[in-house]
Amino acid sequence: MLRQIGAIVAKDLAAELHTREIVSAMLVFATMAILIFSFALDLRGASGRAAAPGVLWTTIAFSGTLGLSRSLAREQQNGGLSGLLLAVEERSVIFFGKAAGSFVLMLLVVVVLLPLGSVLLNVNLLRPDIAGVMVLGTVGYAAVGTLLAAIAVNTRAREVMLPILALPVLVPLLIAAVQATAGLLEGMVPVDSWIRMLVVYDLVMIAVGVVTFEYVVEG
Amino acid sequence: MIEIRGLKKAFGPRVALDGVVLDIEAGERVLLVGPNGAGKTTLLRILATLSRPTGGAVRVWGHDVTRADVAIRRMIGFLSHESLLYDDLTARQNLRFYARMYGMDKPDARIASLLSAVGLERRADDLVREFSRGMQQRLAVARAVLHAPKLLLLDEPYTGLDVAAADALTVLLQTLTQVGCTLLMTTHYPAQEGHLAQRVIVMRRGRVLDDGPLGELTTLDARYRAILARPAPVSPPPAALAAVDWRGKEL
Repeated sequence: MLRQIGAIVAKDLAAELHTREIVSAMLVFATMAILIFSFALDLRGASGRAAAPGVLWTTIAFSGTLGLSRSLAREQQNGGLSGLLLAVEERSVIFFGKAAGSFVLMLLVVVVLLPLGSVLLNVNLLRPDIAGVMVLGTVGYAAVGTLLAAIAVNTRAREVMLPILALPVLVPLLIAAVQATAGLLEGMVPVDSWIRMLVVYDLVMIAVGVVTFEYVVEG
Repeated sequence: MIEIRGLKKAFGPRVALDGVVLDIEAGERVLLVGPNGAGKTTLLRILATLSRPTGGAVRVWGHDVTRADVAIRRMIGFLSHESLLYDDLTARQNLRFYARMYGMDKPDARIASLLSAVGLERRADDLVREFSRGMQQRLAVARAVLHAPKLLLLDEPYTGLDVAAADALTVLLQTLTQVGCTLLMTTHYPAQEGHLAQRVIVMRRGRVLDDGPLGELTTLDARYRAILARPAPVSPPPAALAAVDWRGKEL
């Protein structure tokens, strides 16, 4: 099973290396968004620290939808999903493989976004604890996004459908991620409950994805 | 090996398969013909475990296809209208990916031999999106037979192939059938593409109209047209469908 998940991730990354269409779209969007926020809002001093978590997670949330939608669309092209369905041991392998591939691509965007955000938002985001929250948030986002992108990809307006479907489901994750990031930036504020909420959200959404993905892809 | 009893498949109000009863033995080479909308592709997709039947029973090697057992799927090679290939990978990367998915150890020799068999060895490291329709079809054939399946389901495999590629495909399929691979292939041109088959099944509107030995290829098209010109059969009651096999023998 792990070998098959690895094969799907490696295949997605190899395809991305040839086209660079997902990462470049996400990076351009994320860079532009954070740039616009930094000029539109007064982010000097304490106000910058207060706004940074919201700006950061809003940017990640919207740029993520671009990548997830395209990642599943790639499977739809030439019926690749049928090929996967024929070859996998368990159909949840496709969910794990696609979610892991999306997680890696989103993480690449986060790696660029954190130093950029540190400069533009006047806060130090290059901290291990902030990086940990980013990873937890991205795991949940990739799980939810993969499941809902698999639903949206079968609709005519898939690019529009994914944010409409995903953002309401992502609200608890985004609130927890923003609160945890803000707490860490402020210091002295307990963030354990928000971190726990992120972990629980990730586990629940991974479980929902494993159970339901088979029915989603079979249509 | 394949037992189909009273198979039904509906897409909403549209009935694609209406009580199909068939038996296909291991190693048989069967041609499935019929006009558009006859249910040929739907039947292949159900056998490939990619679509669930609405009613009836389908067993492959004694296993219920609705359970989509991995052991069954690994024995099936499926070539559909779509290539099931990734445009953004090279030909070799596509085959390597599927080889890994099928758990093949050291697949490079097999991949090289298949690329050579379908005449793509020089384009092995080119992206699939740069391939012509015929080249994609040849690569799709290589993908379908990569894991040496025991049952090969081919949906119009000769579509888009030039004469040389069609000949290469015939040689490849002959090699597979010689080692006991069962072949179920759809076509709109039975006389031109039926040379590998032993048996012809004619379908129309989700039902089996005729089922018998291939006979003379030269007269196949005329026979096929004559069968299609017959009035549509009235559906027998489901109990009767389930009680007889394709030869009319009681089960």
